[in-house]
Amino acid sequence: MRNSKVLSLEEAIRRSGLKDGMTISFHHHFRGGDKVVNLVVDCLARMGFKDLKLAASSLSDVHSPLIGHIKNGVITGISTSGLRGELADAISHGLMDSPVVFRSHGGRGSAIANGELKIDVAFLGASASDELGNACGVPRSENAKSICGSLGYALPDARYASHVIVLTDDLVPYPNLPAGIRGADVESVVVVDSVGDSSKISAGAIRDSKNPRDILLAKQAAKVVINSGLFVDGFSIQTGTGGASLAVVKYIREEMIARGIKASFALGGITAHMVKLHEEGLIGRLIDVQSFDKVAAQSIASDPSHVEVSAVEYASGQHTGSATHALDIVILSALEVDTDFNVNVLVGSDGVIRGAIGGHQDTAEDSALSIIVCPLLRGRIPCVVPKVTTLITPGKSVDVVVTEYGIAVNPNRPEIAERLKAAGLKLVDIKELADKARSVIGTPDPLPFGDKVVGVVMNRDGSVLDKIYNIRD
Amino acid sequence: MKEAVAGTLESGDIFVRIGPGEGLQIDLQSSVAAQFGRQIKEVIGETLKELGISDAHVSAVDKGALDCTIRARVTAAAVRSSGKDVWKD
Repeated sequence: MRNSKVLSLEEAIRRSGLKDGMTISFHHHFRGGDKVVNLVVDCLARMGFKDLKLAASSLSDVHSPLIGHIKNGVITGISTSGLRGELADAISHGLMDSPVVFRSHGGRGSAIANGELKIDVAFLGASASDELGNACGVPRSENAKSICGSLGYALPDARYASHVIVLTDDLVPYPNLPAGIRGADVESVVVVDSVGDSSKISAGAIRDSKNPRDILLAKQAAKVVINSGLFVDGFSIQTGTGGASLAVVKYIREEMIARGIKASFALGGITAHMVKLHEEGLIGRLIDVQSFDKVAAQSIASDPSHVEVSAVEYASGQHTGSATHALDIVILSALEVDTDFNVNVLVGSDGVIRGAIGGHQDTAEDSALSIIVCPLLRGRIPCVVPKVTTLITPGKSVDVVVTEYGIAVNPNRPEIAERLKAAGLKLVDIKELADKARSVIGTPDPLPFGDKVVGVVMNRDGSVLDKIYNIRD
Repeated sequence: MKEAVAGTLESGDIFVRIGPGEGLQIDLQSSVAAQFGRQIKEVIGETLKELGISDAHVSAVDKGALDCTIRARVTAAAVRSSGKDVWKD
């Protein structure tokens, strides 16, 4: 067509004006199946670029080839929501000279919108794009090779980056509309064999648990929701990715049916569970920043009341209209919770980075009720501790902690404690939970941290919350 | 005393191999080594001592087992190794 923006990847990069030292960005909607980051960074390395700053919405196991590109100086800075696998392990052991900057999804959206995180060239994978760059995460032709659903984390990049390159594995005729990524924001379109393996979007953090302890935790968490005072017609809800926090939905559903209560919307990472409730008429709208599985991705493709939102619209703390401000209840998981209700979801108890902030900070702070669901122990690793290894979500944002040994309510939410007690739930002091854990496992020796800062944890308002030091073997 | 094993490599368990040795030698690989390696070795040593074993080579692969599990696996491996049934005798 006239004015086609389709170029080869090399040519698109050349025309972007990318120079050494600049910032490139990526989204992680294909999660463990992502093929864009490795493809593009390999190409940039071949073209001789050095000293690039990589601003990803998140990184996972599949991105271990970045280790080589960090060693050879192609990538010298990373910002992300999370890190997992070999890359996380290498960075935790001091691979990089400058620390990785960790931001929540809402925090990243804010930082891009307010210019704190300036993106020079965004490389955004899409399941369909036309030749002008109208692009989306859902199939739009019979030749579609991939589906990731919402492109919410890519939308701030598309809007604010100086230069936007869309990569797609299905070039479709204009107009590919409606589309989250608007052609007006896009400079080039690159056709590739594959932007991602859609079968892996629900891999990694998301499990559908049959573990009896997870089921017990889920049932307890459901009782907290149901008796919180917020479980009324028109309520809104979000769940995180832990096995137990996903399973809660199942038990809430039963009670919604029994009481004739409907939710106005479900927010965030949308799962098949949420889609089911929506299709049954129990949830009015699905507000989707990230489709957590194929069912959710297919739903957003076909259902007009299942809507895509950008990370800014989802959870920015600096945009008063973001959806988290309307959220009633959020159910989240944790690696560690401490006796001040602070939560760590990023650094394992062995000092190695193994997670992601995700929307944890954002939803915990803005929601009317934040519920953390975690077992007291994972093997010998305690989840309720005197002090978190790394501070991710401040305790003032955390209202209730559900464990299999009891439910602890933040003392700054006495009205919630009263309602739960009245419903016959067993409440415990969070210090008792930490003591209980200690009585089983003993007192852990201190972790062998070094003195090199390998990560900086940002709060969603742009301030520094905590630093992560290198771990020694 | 002969080579004997007990336990599995499942999460929350410990795999213990015991064989002949001079003095007590404990090789431990653990997913929680940094924080609990010292305590786990102590529990293995104490358990063997209670069984009257002071010469043995123990190699253990721990996947976050609790002390009760460690004691049970070490005891089972020791019984298989020595042929002395501590539960019956």
